[in-house]
Amino acid sequence: MEMTTDKFLEVKDLSVSFDVRGGIFLRTIGAVKAVNNISFSMCKGEILGLVGESGCGKSTLGRLILRLIEPSSGSVILDGKDILGLSKKDLRQQRAHMQMIFQDPFSVMDPRYTIFRSLSEPFQIWNIKHSKEERQQKINSLLEMVELSPEHGRAYPHQLSGGQKQRADIARALALTPDFLVLDEPTAALDVSVQAQVINLLAQLRQQMNLTYLFISHDLSLVSYFCDRVIVMYLGNIMETISASMVGKRQYHPYTKALTDNIFSTTPGTGGLTSILEGEVPSPFNLPTGCVFFTRCNQSQSICLEKVPDLQNTPDGGQVACHFPLQ
Amino acid sequence: MSLLKVDNLAVEFRSDKKKIQPISGVSFEMDAGEVLGVVGETGSGKSLTAHAIMGLTALSGGKASGSVQLDNKELLTLSSEEMQTIRGARISFIPQNPMTSLDPVYRVGDQIVEGLRKHSTIDKKEAKHQALDIMGKLRIPDPARVYSQYPHQLSGGLKQRIVIAIGLVTNPQMLIADEPTTALDVTVQAQIMNLFKDQTVARGIGLLLITHDLGVVAQVCDRIAVMYAGNVVEYGKVRAVFEEPKHPYTQALLACIPVMGMEKGSLSSISGNVPSAENYPPGCRYHTRCASVMSKCREQKPAMVIMNNGTGSACHKY
Repeated sequence: MEMTTDKFLEVKDLSVSFDVRGGIFLRTIGAVKAVNNISFSMCKGEILGLVGESGCGKSTLGRLILRLIEPSSGSVILDGKDILGLSKKDLRQQRAHMQMIFQDPFSVMDPRYTIFRSLSEPFQIWNIKHSKEERQQKINSLLEMVELSPEHGRAYPHQLSGGQKQRADIARALALTPDFLVLDEPTAALDVSVQAQVINLLAQLRQQMNLTYLFISHDLSLVSYFCDRVIVMYLGNIMETISASMVGKRQYHPYTKALTDNIFSTTPGTGGLTSILEGEVPSPFNLPTGCVFFTRCNQSQSICLEKVPDLQNTPDGGQVACHFPLQ
Repeated sequence: MSLLKVDNLAVEFRSDKKKIQPISGVSFEMDAGEVLGVVGETGSGKSLTAHAIMGLTALSGGKASGSVQLDNKELLTLSSEEMQTIRGARISFIPQNPMTSLDPVYRVGDQIVEGLRKHSTIDKKEAKHQALDIMGKLRIPDPARVYSQYPHQLSGGLKQRIVIAIGLVTNPQMLIADEPTTALDVTVQAQIMNLFKDQTVARGIGLLLITHDLGVVAQVCDRIAVMYAGNVVEYGKVRAVFEEPKHPYTQALLACIPVMGMEKGSLSSISGNVPSAENYPPGCRYHTRCASVMSKCREQKPAMVIMNNGTGSACHKY
């Protein structure tokens, strides 16, 4: 019993691979392991960050957990429910409890609908009947929750700024009072001043509604500020799980170290320019047999090419997958 | 003597009914071998300033006024033919998105030598030689092979290096880069910024870097011009501005950036949005969002005042 209350979300050995087709008959010529044997868990009310460079599988992992993509293997238990075992009908019911907020606020809303109409859709889909006044009241309170006014409800998406649109999308996601949200780079398209507005709003909503966030981002300083714990991914694998307060102070994986060293801080002359990593993330097609980070690691040895490193516990309560973790 | 001197630059667009002036009173200068960072939020007029310097505003129906001097030569009065001999040869432009700025049907090598052959009478072989040379300097692995590849065969970071090679191959005096690393990952951003800094110093050229990332400015630039709603609100040496930002907008902008080790709940934000060029507020344009607004700010536009640390700040507080 204790286990189920402790772990709000438990992801076990989750994997997905996509077939790659080629040639004139478009035969399957290989597979890309986008997410490879990922396991982690989250407590209720936690904000877990998921960081990595483009193509590391962080968005795919977020979608797998919400079953927007069907995984190849593994299990996802959310609040005691086996998400991957749900029937189509039950999954539909479950969707009210888990929602996603997307990166691009410019493409999530139907351009021909007013914000009011877009926000009414969740209720229509769920057959929640309201009188006209009730519906109006409900949506106005949603708008108020994300610090928009009823006038914004009458606007079309193109009449709103990026930050306002992102707020409207948050209101859309919260309409059916979910308890788990996957936030996929919700501020990547916004200016820093507006990003700060949205981040503060998300922090406040979490308090009010007791929400649990999986926060996907490529910005390690934002993640270390906003989240409780951070998972660093590279080519579909977890490299390190680290407490947010330790980011930049003590990390065990050379990749996490490289990412923190490449943050351009706003104190002049403190670095960020010295790039430790050569080259770019290699293609996820036909990964090497050993450690996936092998090709860019500056302290790799022969064992790294032969054996995939297991996730092992770090003294700080995190986990690291490296044969030669940093001290 | 400065390499680039922009003085009181303004751009105006007219339609039948009204005229708008998205940028006005923009002044800054930079020396050879220096990096000037122009920062501001979306809609602050950074890119328009760059287009005006390049003489490109007429293409979109705008009219630039004021003065832009490159090496003591006034650019705004030049005819479009004269400007064509400057653009690409003496000032190069590096656009934001390397994915869309390369032509997908031409080999990247041909795209690098195109500008070179246009601006000089150099033969094909020599042009290729120079292109390979610059590709090597930009640390493109195996330049000879990459030279005959198509853009889709290259990664994002390599494509951005090709775009930089196109900009540098004509040996310009000035490079204007508009958000050159926003489409790239952090580790690749560090590599590209490093290259920019190296090349600026090694070639003694001027780099005007347009960005919204204050971290990039702090680490790469020598000078900074902070723009808000079409005006430069703070201008000076990077170290002075970051150590002691004077303008309330610069202060607020810096406070919005999450930093490692920052206490939870301490991130401040600026309420509202940048006003659009059609409804710039009267007086100081920042007064609608400013935390330390005074009644004077709503009526009178503040002039740039030089502070004791050498930076300029356009605020009524000073």
